Amino acid sequence: MLREIRPAIVLLLVLTAITGLAYPLAMTAIAGAIFPAQAQGSLIEKDGKMVGSALIGQEFKDDKYFHGRPSATLAPDPNDSTKTVSAPYNAANSGGSNLGPTSKALADRLKEDVDKLKGENPNAAVPVDLVTTSASGLDPDISPEAAQFQVPRVAKARKISEDQLRQLVASNTQGRLLGLLGEPRVNVLALNLALDRASAK
Amino acid sequence: MTVIGWLQIILFCVIIVALTKPLGWYMTRVFNGERTFLSPVLRPIEAGIYWFSGVDERREQHWLTYTVSMLLFHVGGFLIIYGVMRLQAILPFNPAGQGAVAEDLSFNTAISFITNTNWQNYGGESTISYLVQMLGLTHQNFLSAATGIALAVALIRGFSRASVRTIGNFWVDVTRCTLYVLLPICVVYTLFLISQGMPQTLGDYVEATTLEGAKQTIAVGPVASQVAIKMLGTNGGGFFNANAAHPFENPTALSNFVQMLSIFALGAALTNVFGRMVGNQRQGWAILAVMGVLFVAGVAVTYWAEANGTSTMHALGLTGGNMEGKEVRFGIVASSLFAVITTAASCGAVNAMHDSFTALGGMIPLINMQLGEIIIGGVGAGLYGMLLFVVLAIFVAGLMVGRTPEYVGKKIEAREVKMAMLAILVLPLMYLGWTAVGVVYPAAVASMANAGPHGFTEVLYAFTSATGNNGSAFAGLTGNTFFYNLTLASAMFVGRFFMIVPAMAIAGSLASKKSIPPSAGTFPTTGGLFVGLVVGVILIIGGLTFFPALALGPIVEHLAMNAGNVF
Repeated sequence: MLREIRPAIVLLLVLTAITGLAYPLAMTAIAGAIFPAQAQGSLIEKDGKMVGSALIGQEFKDDKYFHGRPSATLAPDPNDSTKTVSAPYNAANSGGSNLGPTSKALADRLKEDVDKLKGENPNAAVPVDLVTTSASGLDPDISPEAAQFQVPRVAKARKISEDQLRQLVASNTQGRLLGLLGEPRVNVLALNLALDRASAK
Repeated sequence: MTVIGWLQIILFCVIIVALTKPLGWYMTRVFNGERTFLSPVLRPIEAGIYWFSGVDERREQHWLTYTVSMLLFHVGGFLIIYGVMRLQAILPFNPAGQGAVAEDLSFNTAISFITNTNWQNYGGESTISYLVQMLGLTHQNFLSAATGIALAVALIRGFSRASVRTIGNFWVDVTRCTLYVLLPICVVYTLFLISQGMPQTLGDYVEATTLEGAKQTIAVGPVASQVAIKMLGTNGGGFFNANAAHPFENPTALSNFVQMLSIFALGAALTNVFGRMVGNQRQGWAILAVMGVLFVAGVAVTYWAEANGTSTMHALGLTGGNMEGKEVRFGIVASSLFAVITTAASCGAVNAMHDSFTALGGMIPLINMQLGEIIIGGVGAGLYGMLLFVVLAIFVAGLMVGRTPEYVGKKIEAREVKMAMLAILVLPLMYLGWTAVGVVYPAAVASMANAGPHGFTEVLYAFTSATGNNGSAFAGLTGNTFFYNLTLASAMFVGRFFMIVPAMAIAGSLASKKSIPPSAGTFPTTGGLFVGLVVGVILIIGGLTFFPALALGPIVEHLAMNAGNVF
């Protein structure tokens, strides 16, 4: 058995160096060369300023923007570091609500959000993704129905015609891959950037 | 449920079956020490590693030496992870300036990664540095996976060899698995993931100003290289807190689909390796069929339950299924499928929050783990877990006809059955025992996030996941407490090694036996009758063990939900 001690130490260190350092560092170097934009996090700049990542959702509260899904991410409480406070779309601490199907807190939150949205657009059914928190709290997408649902509000705030907005939503809708994989979706940040461009004209 | 949803599920199954044979062929060559198309490049590196480490690749080991080597290897792995976590504040590659990780959390994480569990009590982007992610976690993602595969191959050798004392050389099996199987696939896979939008950078977290003018700090890092092995090696420990639900850890529907395939690919291929090594591929297909039956049944239930939604949602007129804790780009079907896959295998990565699943939708992942993660299972661990059940099923069949049971030419006798029972019984002892403590000990009760039966399920899920070395969670439970860090670590340790040692004892015992040719009285182990028998034994043993616990958790919650109760 004693002769197994040497490989237990040396082989472990060699394989650790290969898989724990050489491999990730080599992949980082290659990625920087062939997929630089993706490797950095698909970042978006506007007028020379960093506005976010195409893949990471951000919080929209203003009526003139399309809103993303509710987010349950947290941040440390600035007054007491042992506690946390709600911090929607905190991209440095991802996570979901983890509320279960019989949670009273979830039932109350759903009811409140549904009532609020019904007030905003009484003519359409409330899309489920617009009142449920995502798993990561950073979901960049909403369903096409959820985007269409918000059209009357945005149209009013921007004083643009609803038809123009519906077209904008349609052109920012991504379908399933090969018509099969995934779900149809609208990237909220991309849609709002397009919206700002359309309004600026 | 939709037609397009089922088409995605069927496509997944078809591709896995199609990959099984070629991957099995390649892996058999690797573990038999034969030449492969990568040998011209890798053979000199491999030989150099043996020379440098003092490994004689022609010297084979007795099962006990093999097992001790494996354990020594893990002691070292533990020390490396614990060390870099405690010292990360003074080590390089720490742009976010993370401080030293606490003792109990470092201990839990180190045990978690050497046991291939990758339970996340740590918070990924909010707790640990890039160096820990790479040197601590990525390396053990490789080595714990390679260990699992090596052990499965050693057990297969027990079945396929006759009248010998040795079952292979652990150092050679681990090295070859890492160099020839895991690394080459990961290199290609990493590049694919980056092309889909997964970051791979050592740069600082990005400071952005959102369109509405708020500040947003975006965590990035060397994500893709870790995610590749995290999925392929059924490790499952996330780079980010939200794991594969995080848009950077799973950017597109395609990255999600390929991640699901990569969880099952090697585990499924090992059934073919088994068939090839024992000289009849149909033996492997029969085992894959047992896994397939249980898998499809689980997918159907979870998909149905999640598509159905909850009664709270119905009351508010919300349709479209239970989207709480799910991402839009995956939707109901890809989230449900992922949940069943990740718990059938001992992966534990999640692309949706299992805690927010419906009661029945979340019960299937729980059952998958409680059955011992033998439906494909962890790389290696799934196959040796399944073979333990096969030993038991063969024993039951032998009792029914009054003959000494035999399997692939080996007599299954008292020693094998005792060892198989020991391994199978130690799992419920851990997860049921600790759950009983967890629901009464005050410091543990405070960790539950949900009230009512769902809180009980959170605790049961945690210990089941730890014992099964899965690592997924009902993540509302606050696991980063002194109580949970230590108890979960003990569950992970026992769940891994108390299964491995009996399995290796069986391997040694079988290898030393004579091989007997099949006769007219041999129970055929390649047909539907055998598949049905094994499925039956798995469900009966599983059902008797954990049905009472399920009745207290998800089943009562489902009934409460339908009655309109909330807690």
